[in-house]
Amino acid sequence: MSFVQVSLDLLEGFSQNCYLFGATLLFSLPLGLIIAMGSMSKFKIIKYITKAFVWVIRGTPLMLQLFVVFYVPGLVFKTPMSSRMTAALIAFVINYSAYFSEIYRGGIESIPKGQYEAGQVLGMTKSQIFFKVVLMQVIKRIVPPMSNEIITLVKDTSLARSIAIYEILMKATDFTTVGLIWPLFYTAVFFLVFCGGLTLLFNFIEKKFDYYRG
Amino acid sequence: MSILQVENIKKSFDNVEVLKDISFTLNKGEVLSIIGSSGSGKTTLLRCLNFLEFAENGRIIVDDELLVDFALHDKQNDASLRQKRLNFGLVFQSFNLFPQYSILKNLTLAVELLDGVKKKDKEKIKEINQRALDLLKRVGLEDKVDAYPCQLSGGQQQRVAIARALMLSPKILCFDEPTSALDPELTGEVLRVIRELRDGNTTMIIVTHEMNFAKNVSDKVIFMADGIIEEEGTPTELFDNPKSERLKEFLSSSLKD
Repeated sequence: MSFVQVSLDLLEGFSQNCYLFGATLLFSLPLGLIIAMGSMSKFKIIKYITKAFVWVIRGTPLMLQLFVVFYVPGLVFKTPMSSRMTAALIAFVINYSAYFSEIYRGGIESIPKGQYEAGQVLGMTKSQIFFKVVLMQVIKRIVPPMSNEIITLVKDTSLARSIAIYEILMKATDFTTVGLIWPLFYTAVFFLVFCGGLTLLFNFIEKKFDYYRG
Repeated sequence: MSILQVENIKKSFDNVEVLKDISFTLNKGEVLSIIGSSGSGKTTLLRCLNFLEFAENGRIIVDDELLVDFALHDKQNDASLRQKRLNFGLVFQSFNLFPQYSILKNLTLAVELLDGVKKKDKEKIKEINQRALDLLKRVGLEDKVDAYPCQLSGGQQQRVAIARALMLSPKILCFDEPTSALDPELTGEVLRVIRELRDGNTTMIIVTHEMNFAKNVSDKVIFMADGIIEEEGTPTELFDNPKSERLKEFLSSSLKD
């Protein structure tokens, strides 16, 4: 088994990780914002339901959530999950939107009340205040915790192997059955390169917001 | 001729009466200073005028037109409320400039949004920018158009905030302790701008702790204590011949330091 062959094989596995990563972000970033709105809602019922949801999702292992999403539809409703990847995606999106929602909430609540009031006395509408005044400041404040969470997501994608998705670590463990142990450690390179790229991207975004303080 | 009539304003927070039946009038071009110790309700009164707080009772009449009758409990819809609050401008103690925008954009943003100005509308944008520049010149900051709030001193930020409030040409400009967040050496420049506005016949209501300034700049002074107007009159009447015990006490303690 040559180095190139192993690399290609692992890369094929890593493409699963990348897909899961990208699709999770695509859905959980907006969903997280909606959940954040819910947890800040004036309506007590909505507020407590979202708070309970976030508690359950953050309070149980992601691996367990993967099992639940994958097995429960078949066991309870007699309609088995048709695709493992869809199951993984659902579990990841739910899990990460709960975490993202707390980051959004923290960011939104950290904006001083005076910014809203300044907008109000200048005759702006609620949505103008949110989009033109507050949002940019929220984004600047949440870039660091968001990058943290997103980089964690890159590595969490390998949890998908627990419902037998052929992602990179699963591929690497397969090599051990034919006596090759080094591909397992070699997988670190893929993660490091990917996370390195992300780190550069986030640094760039932070720099973009450097022109002002506050 | 009175531009503002405030009648029977009442407001409580959690059963604590902060404003107990406040009424006063203000003539066009006059400057009204509101003095009093912390917790006397000065700031709450100003916030009620700007609809940042909703009073439980009372009426606000501007230019002989009933702006709002708080007792009617008609939940004003957002649009009409926004229209009405434009009669007032408010300058905050903590400036509250928008940190992510340049000084010019801080001034023009609200007008552009109100008028629904499109990016293509070069003429209109030029006109708004020109008005912003004129106002910045008036507060002595025309060289800071492209700066950001964080690059300015507190006094400069507050002058920008004044110019920003003036962009919407309010009939009555309110100041909520405009110099309280400033270092003593920076208060002068802000007070100078307010004095110039008075000379330009701007109608103003100023909540302040600067007694000397209140004495020199105002046509009328209100002394508030525990949510009522304890005493009102001309600066000479209040500062040189205070009648109530509380005002005497307040003046002696605030002039001490």
